[in-house]
Amino acid sequence: MKILVPIKRVVDFNAKVHVKADGTGVELSNLKMSINPFDEIAVEEAVRLKERGVATDVVCVSIGPAQSEDVIRTGLAMGATRGILVTFDGELEPLAVAKALKAVADDEKPDMIFLGKQAIDYDCDQTGQMLAALLGWPQGTFASKVEVDGSDVVVTREVDGGHQTVRLKLPAIVTADLRLNQPRYASLPNIMKAKRMPIDKKPIESLISDTAPRLEILKMAEPPHRKAGVKVASVAELVSKLRTEAGVL
Amino acid sequence: MAVLVLADHDNASLRESTAKAVTAAVLLGGDVHILVAGLNCAPAADAAAKIDGVAKVLHAESPRYEHMLPEPLAVLISSLGPSYDALLAPSTTTGKNVMPRVAALLDVMQISDMMNVLAPDTFERPIYAGNVIETVRSRDAKKVITVRVTAFQAAGQGGQASVELLDAVDTPEISTFVSEELSRSERPELTSARIVLSGGRALQSRENFTKYIDPVAERLHAAVGASRAAVDAGYAPNDWQVGQTGKIVAPEIYIAVGISGAIQHLAGMKDSKVIVAINKDPDAPIFQVADYGLVADLYTALPELETELARIGI
Repeated sequence: MKILVPIKRVVDFNAKVHVKADGTGVELSNLKMSINPFDEIAVEEAVRLKERGVATDVVCVSIGPAQSEDVIRTGLAMGATRGILVTFDGELEPLAVAKALKAVADDEKPDMIFLGKQAIDYDCDQTGQMLAALLGWPQGTFASKVEVDGSDVVVTREVDGGHQTVRLKLPAIVTADLRLNQPRYASLPNIMKAKRMPIDKKPIESLISDTAPRLEILKMAEPPHRKAGVKVASVAELVSKLRTEAGVL
Repeated sequence: MAVLVLADHDNASLRESTAKAVTAAVLLGGDVHILVAGLNCAPAADAAAKIDGVAKVLHAESPRYEHMLPEPLAVLISSLGPSYDALLAPSTTTGKNVMPRVAALLDVMQISDMMNVLAPDTFERPIYAGNVIETVRSRDAKKVITVRVTAFQAAGQGGQASVELLDAVDTPEISTFVSEELSRSERPELTSARIVLSGGRALQSRENFTKYIDPVAERLHAAVGASRAAVDAGYAPNDWQVGQTGKIVAPEIYIAVGISGAIQHLAGMKDSKVIVAINKDPDAPIFQVADYGLVADLYTALPELETELARIGI
């Protein structure tokens, strides 16, 4: 079984982003970039399936600038078997990403595609679902448990109010939620080995012709900041202020 | 211009998030229709017809729609696409699951988590965990939108829309529902509660949530939430998590107990009207966003709070 894992290079989740003074975008220079945390969980799940003998091939694919090679090597160091870098400079929207990934999938013919449920930069939560639609595959989004059962995959999903379990016919799409697993730290020997593994590179134009954004970004701004309020000395004072001052109790 | 809203429901009843999405739909202008797709979902369809501002309810019945699986549902919704200028759904786990699939079938780039309508083609939405708000103008002729429900008031009651039966669309059965475990609670739902009481890692155990948080929540008729740290530690179930990767809430009162205030938690609650923080660490970042901060040990403060609320008759 082959699993394709699309991964994105994003601003590290610990970094604080600021909007550029002219409001045209976010200041990214000098910020640490990492593999999108949800994608890291997707890689981990695929590698575990490989270690259990369910999958044989785990292929990481990233679409982005040349530096996206770093996140592919992160995936290889975790145990992925191959890497593909689709080069593109600039911001590609989920719809275009899904179209490019469909072209990769048509070529690679994976049995499953694991993605993170969303990228933590644009928080769109779309790519996996869109890719599933374009391929005509079923989707198990926000997965907290994945079990391959013959020609099906059984996915437990985190939904509002609890969990839902669905059975999907392979080939299928799974998007990883936070509690699917705890990604491993790659060992130093594996990191070194990953540095030497070849990565297949192709320009985006070889996959899709239209990369133009459908959403024109007019402005970016920081939301109004909340001001710190007052400290109260006791529970009684707190309740009294909530009643009289805030009028909410 | 006509706008279609996908109803979020459990067949027997309509979730409040639907009425909130209707408010957003009305702002786009034109006739607002609601699609209620399910099995034996007439009660939900009838409830949808009573929402103010709704002109028509489309009611589709099929065993395939019972659990709102995205594969058949996206085909049904996209088949209605030609009649509408915009297709909306509340940004619940159902809306987030189904609508991007619809968007791709219609070759439209979706606007996720839309929080403000500036014009019928121009919207605001949060990015970077709500630390940045972007204004986008859609170049697509048709809009596909998920609506951040905390950003819109629910539309009122009193509508008298007609209900029209809609045929199911045949699709290959590539997915099936297996089971569902929904937490049953007497408490209000987290995303629509007027008061939310959340606990953090300082609670130290599941038992302490029951012992210290529950009595106060009971008195306040509050929904109970938790920080990611508390959920990861197993003190609270997953669906209680408030934050960027959990639930986004905006109640009238948000009470954070033993929560330090990590950025990802703040992203889920900072639009609350009044924020109260109880934490024994006076330097906890949560105090920077709290309207009222109490530096205290939660194990003494929560019982005191319950007693105080009882004393004043709450």
